[in-house]
Amino acid sequence: MRNIVIIGNGISGITCARHIRKKSDDAITIISAETEHFFSRTALMYVYMGHMKYDNIKPYEDWFWERNRLTLLYDHVEKVNIQQKDLVLKSEKNISYDILIIASGSASNKFGWPGQDLKGVQGLYSYPDLQLMEENTNGIKKAVVVGGGLIGIEMTEMLLSRNIPVTLLVRETNFWDTVLPLEEAQMINRHIREHHVDLRLETELKNIEGDERGHVKSIITKDEKRIPCQFVGLGVGVHPNISFLENSNIETDRGVLVNEYFETNIPQVYAIGDCAQYRKSLPGRKPIEQVWYTGRMHGETLAQTICGQRTAYNPGPWFNSAKFFDIEYQTYGTVTPQQSENEETFYWEHENGKIDFRVVYEKMDHTLIGINSFGFRLRHKLFDKWLQEKRTVEFMMEHLAAANFDPEFFQKHERSIVNSFNEKTGNKIKLKRRSRIKELIRG
Amino acid sequence: MKYLQNTGMGLFVLAFLLWLSMLGVGSYRLTDNVIRKSIPDSSHYALLQPALQGMINNTYNSKFTFIHDFNYAVNHVNDSLKTANAWDKVIYTSYIFPVTKNASKGPLTQHPFTFFLIILLTAITGAFLYIIPEYTKGPPGIRNNHIFHQAMTARGWIGIILGVLLIFFYILLYWYPEYITNWVVLMDPLSEKLSGGPASQWFLYGFFYTMAILVMGIRMLLKYRHNKYQRIRTYSVMFFQTAFAFIIPEILVALNKPYFDFKNIWPLDYSFFYDYHLNELISSGTLGWFMLIWGITLIVIAVPVITYFFGKRWYCSWVCGCGGLAETLGDPYRQLSSKKLKAWKIERWIIHGVLVFAVVMTAVTLINYFSHNALLGSSTNNLHKWYGFFIGSLFAGVIGVGFYPLMGNRMWCRFGCPLAAYLGMVQRFKSKFRITTNGGQCISCGNCSTYCEMGIDVKWYAQRGQDIVRSSCVGCGICSAVCPRGVLNLENLSEKGRLKTKPILIGNNLEMDITVVLKKED
Ligand SMILES: Cc1cc2nc3c(=O)[nH]c(=O)nc-3n(C[C@H](O)[C@H](O)[C@H](O)COP(=O)(O)OP(=O)(O)OC[C@H]3O[C@@H](n4cnc5c(N)ncnc54)[C@H](O)[C@@H]3O)c2cc1C
Ligand code: SF4
Ligand code: SF4
Repeated sequence: MRNIVIIGNGISGITCARHIRKKSDDAITIISAETEHFFSRTALMYVYMGHMKYDNIKPYEDWFWERNRLTLLYDHVEKVNIQQKDLVLKSEKNISYDILIIASGSASNKFGWPGQDLKGVQGLYSYPDLQLMEENTNGIKKAVVVGGGLIGIEMTEMLLSRNIPVTLLVRETNFWDTVLPLEEAQMINRHIREHHVDLRLETELKNIEGDERGHVKSIITKDEKRIPCQFVGLGVGVHPNISFLENSNIETDRGVLVNEYFETNIPQVYAIGDCAQYRKSLPGRKPIEQVWYTGRMHGETLAQTICGQRTAYNPGPWFNSAKFFDIEYQTYGTVTPQQSENEETFYWEHENGKIDFRVVYEKMDHTLIGINSFGFRLRHKLFDKWLQEKRTVEFMMEHLAAANFDPEFFQKHERSIVNSFNEKTGNKIKLKRRSRIKELIRG
Repeated sequence: MKYLQNTGMGLFVLAFLLWLSMLGVGSYRLTDNVIRKSIPDSSHYALLQPALQGMINNTYNSKFTFIHDFNYAVNHVNDSLKTANAWDKVIYTSYIFPVTKNASKGPLTQHPFTFFLIILLTAITGAFLYIIPEYTKGPPGIRNNHIFHQAMTARGWIGIILGVLLIFFYILLYWYPEYITNWVVLMDPLSEKLSGGPASQWFLYGFFYTMAILVMGIRMLLKYRHNKYQRIRTYSVMFFQTAFAFIIPEILVALNKPYFDFKNIWPLDYSFFYDYHLNELISSGTLGWFMLIWGITLIVIAVPVITYFFGKRWYCSWVCGCGGLAETLGDPYRQLSSKKLKAWKIERWIIHGVLVFAVVMTAVTLINYFSHNALLGSSTNNLHKWYGFFIGSLFAGVIGVGFYPLMGNRMWCRFGCPLAAYLGMVQRFKSKFRITTNGGQCISCGNCSTYCEMGIDVKWYAQRGQDIVRSSCVGCGICSAVCPRGVLNLENLSEKGRLKTKPILIGNNLEMDITVVLKKED
């Protein structure tokens, strides 16, 4: 029986622990200083908005851990001694390991703005951050959120739920246009404004001003505009949370450096999730992947290696999803903001301006590269399959009815999409009826 | 906006207080006429009339004294009959409700319709002034903000008071209707219009039940105006309640036909096979026979066949009256159902226990009906009494609705309804229905489980990529509606492999051995 210690009880660490438990009898200890139990970080916003309580965002009931012999330790790891193979904890206990898995996640970025440490200025990553935000926004009149990305828009939505007017500063020309193509980004711009957010595009934060109590009272933008506010939300990205590994001899760059087996430079020490950085990135993927799904897949993969079946990380086509206020977003494969030389793209938008669909495909042979959908749901299974089978855009169009995952009675968009595609490309594709291609849905 | 909503809230509370105050209005005066009208049985009349002499023509300002004196007189008569060993003459029929109602005097009896209309219109206007701005102020979308912050919806003091009031109401309605006769008096004009007769407490109840479904149904239509599944489903429950449960039965009565709710199915409709009911149907000619055959067809054909194609949702969240109330009036409370594994275990014991109880009771009833066995007769009566008290009234009413603000809106449907148990067995083992999970898109946020009124831990399945096949799912579709990542979809697909679907999370091209499942019962 080996002694496996996991630092971090987020999705990556917990998934790894669960999968190891399925296959082995090793002792498994999971350490976290954030909360006693695993919770869903992605759902923090809903607790603030009153959709759920903290208890509702725990993926497993509290008895689960003991029943599956997963030991939880609520403590902070201060230092890792790779020679003695032990960890120094904040409680001044030491704990030794045979196998160490680092799954310590991320921490919010701050870019050295003057005033960034004033009271009322904060990021949102952890549960303590959420509690702090509760305190910081209590009774305030006006907030500024910095950052045109996923966390920025979530913070904006949270604040609006408390009737706090928000100015959202976005450095780029359109919302999240480092990821979204122009039409989609503009659609989200419109939707943000529909919710009465004061959206300021191409606007950057210069500094933050405080009052005599050390509390934020306004911000100044780079174009020298002052915006009075009592809260500043920083949604400007995250970085691997690995400062406790300094001087440990575990090789790091921005994150903990790992190969495709999540092995670090030290034998029996692994890193997964937000804190891991691939020495060599996989084709089409970033060296640090900071999403829920990749954390989970890292965990699944590493568990195989730990249980004796050395397995390289080999994820299928990229996928992701998000929700911008009321508009759901799903993506499969790779859609970049600007298409390259050898890519072709087709874009369709519903007349209500809140639903759209984009496909990117090879100019030469028309194989699918990526799909974006906003405001309606698509079947992951089919796009995963079609991308892996290298299907053409024409094939996809023909079978689109099977890929719609919207609830019954919803307005269907496939016909309109295919018609518009035919019009633009001169194709004569006939949409196959859903009832004819049932086997695709339940293959 | 805020001002309008506050006015609405104010009006509603005002109407509610007015309504409560109605109970204290007026006086009671027993006359010979009242006795004659309320006690149609001539031998009972002959026995009671002399004993009531002391009350006659006295004006009671207190309902309590009136009820007390009347009960005292009846008990006195019965006691002397018992001491005289005249057991066959003892009066078991309760006359207190009609006597109290008919003895009422005062403004209410003079202008019942005026009072009724003023209170009803104030309440409805207030409700809409509050509801319409609430759900139309922003763009359409999921609006669950502050549900866990509000005393009304998060089991706070308002919720608790409301629960207590509801429980009180049900106790009075079922066991002490004589204390709410003033409300029933207000319903007389409407009842006379519909069925030709005066209102009973059940007419009062049916009317408010229907109003609750209609008003809160409109709230549902606004809240989910972006979701067509929710809209159509809500129209459906509003229609079935108004037409099938409320208006058609009253019209049947007006036409001297048996009172019959064409969408109520045994064993939810537990008295369907009671001897008096069978006799009533059989003696009502072709229509009666049709009703009998219709009822049996629903049980043996409609339930299994429709459930095979669509799941139990066709009934539980599209047609049923209990379901209709839960989905409209109860919608603000769906998040209060327990999602614990323990609750699921308890649920399975209780609901199947009730089903067994209902089946045994009905079997005994039918055997007795056909064999006229005296011994069985008395145990049948006992079974009916116990079932009616514990299941029909206490569970379905007091707990079922009274506990909305305390333990969620489907307490009865989840733990008690024997028809739900029957539908659930079909759904679990022989149906095309399931909730499909979308590949690997789940982020374990917990919205689905939180808003599942049946207390199904939906995310347990979604986060491991397993389709949801559960007997209790009523197919309300709210889990799918609130999921922020588009993970859940209610689908009727081929039965093949439905029960054996392995959990698969798409995204990782990894051949995993997933046969070992972590410890949680499936
Ligand atoms: C507000 C928000 C919304 C998000 N929404 C989405 C989304 O919709 N979809 C999506 O795909 N991704 C989303 N993400 C990103 C996603 O949540 C993360 O990628 C994921 O949670 C990372 O998981 P992890 O297991 O790597 O690390 P974490 O979840 O960060 O877990 C690491 C844990 O380790 C603990 N820890 C770290 N160091 C130590 C130490 N020295 N001692 C003890 N404990 C330590 C930390 O406190 C933490 O609890 C969101 C993130 C945030 C903040
Ligand atoms: S699982 Fe979904 S559809 Fe079924 S009862 Fe629960 S919320 Fe409704
Ligand atoms: S609501 Fe959707 S994303 Fe959230 S836990 Fe349920 S299935 Fe997963």
